[in-house]
Amino acid sequence: MAAIIQEIIQQLVNGISLGSIYALIALGYTMVYGIIKLINFAHGDIYMLGAFIGFFAINIFQMSFFPALIVAMIVAAFFGVVIERLAYRPLRHSTRIAALITAIGVSMLIQNVALLVWKPDPRSFPDVFPFKSYKIWGVYLDNRQLVILGVALFLMVVLHYIVRYTRMGRAMRAVALDDDAARLMGIDVDRVISFTFALGSALAAAAGVLVGIYYNRIDPMMGGMPGLKAFVAAVLGGIGVIPGAMIGGLVMGVAEVAVVALTTSTWKDAVAFGILIIILLLRPAGILGQHEREKV
Amino acid sequence: MLKVEGLNVFYGGIHALKGVSFHVKAGEIVTLIGANGAGKSTSLKAVSGLVKSESGSIQYNGKDILGDAAHKIVRLGLSQVPEGRRIFADMSVTENLSLGAYQRRDTAGIKADLEWVYELFPRLKERRQQMAGTLSGGEQQMLAIGRGLMAHPKLLLLDEPSMGLAPLLVSEIFEIIKEINATGVTILVVEQNAHMALQVAHSAYVMETGRIVLSGPADEIARNAKVRAAYLGG
Repeated sequence: MAAIIQEIIQQLVNGISLGSIYALIALGYTMVYGIIKLINFAHGDIYMLGAFIGFFAINIFQMSFFPALIVAMIVAAFFGVVIERLAYRPLRHSTRIAALITAIGVSMLIQNVALLVWKPDPRSFPDVFPFKSYKIWGVYLDNRQLVILGVALFLMVVLHYIVRYTRMGRAMRAVALDDDAARLMGIDVDRVISFTFALGSALAAAAGVLVGIYYNRIDPMMGGMPGLKAFVAAVLGGIGVIPGAMIGGLVMGVAEVAVVALTTSTWKDAVAFGILIIILLLRPAGILGQHEREKV
Repeated sequence: MLKVEGLNVFYGGIHALKGVSFHVKAGEIVTLIGANGAGKSTSLKAVSGLVKSESGSIQYNGKDILGDAAHKIVRLGLSQVPEGRRIFADMSVTENLSLGAYQRRDTAGIKADLEWVYELFPRLKERRQQMAGTLSGGEQQMLAIGRGLMAHPKLLLLDEPSMGLAPLLVSEIFEIIKEINATGVTILVVEQNAHMALQVAHSAYVMETGRIVLSGPADEIARNAKVRAAYLGG
């Protein structure tokens, strides 16, 4: 019996580590959707860019982990703002499908430029945290998981603070609720949208660097699958709802790890899309969503 | 204070405003009355920069503001209370009011205006922690006006403040409009309730299908036979 409970806790620990990475990416999807009703399919590629920037910061500029993380977040934020400015803003008043297709195009553009510049071969991420494992009551916990959990939790608390208590956060919520009314308050809606992209992209970049230290390998196509899974996580939690993205990410991570533990890892990716189908059938608004059904 | 000349606005193929001109003098209450779809709301939205105008001019205190972004126009002291209230339903009353003061930095002035808004609308003070979406229709209208006042406007644009309110509340709202005007805020109010609007206004414009068809002092307009037949029920 004890062995089974230990195993369950072990899988939960693993699932929450993975899930907090999904949650960080999902936050960007959900914030951007909340504010301009766009599924930014290039978001997974921002995560990839973040991993590469972190890689270069550590390998070439000899930075230690935290400065590299911050550099990756800042540079990715800049990319996010530029992408919005060049690709999405000109389409602000066109149909949603046009913007969605553009987002897919931007995703392919980033992936292919990355393939061209960085070559398709995976690179091994520098070993910033030499592997150390701790055993607590039969449950293994390693230092990388602790870093992931710590960083993810810290960033989510910061995000919550920004959205809830700052002037910019209040403006973000106002634009998400009613953009014309926000304009009448003197809110520069374009600036708020840029800020939202910056914030979401920075979180995705952090996730990219964290995945780099967790799996030790990065490649230009790495954004695809986690990007889609994080999107599912955002839908699961209720797209547009910030706490929903956090919950959705954790649920996805735990579900994925549980499926691997109970069956085989071949089912790993199927579970994500199985969840998507079930949620769309049973509760299309997601766990925390209350608004009417949105077609994606 | 506000001079609108020959304004033309199109919604796709629809010519919504056909050369609309009107003036608002500082210190006055001016009303724009007319039936549904006459272009009253569109006129206000054009002034506050929410809809683009094809041609014409909008001058505010001698400055041409046509084509300026909506959020910049607010900074000039021109605040709009939109039709249908458009309060932020998932935010508290306090948060809605503080968003009204979004572009201001003068903490002391913001605090004084908040006190004033709570004085005008004691019900808002009682419910300041409540989510705006849970307020009654009348309270939401009060919140929308209070939020507009938090911008500390010199010119307040009100779009259908009486819409969907019980008659008693309508007179209450118009009393408050007079009170706000008495503190020196110029007011341009768009109304379908011509009767109430003409009682409080100094001057009035009547709109029909995208044009101003009649203008003059409010009491004169109220006596006009055509206006009586069309808007005041004889």
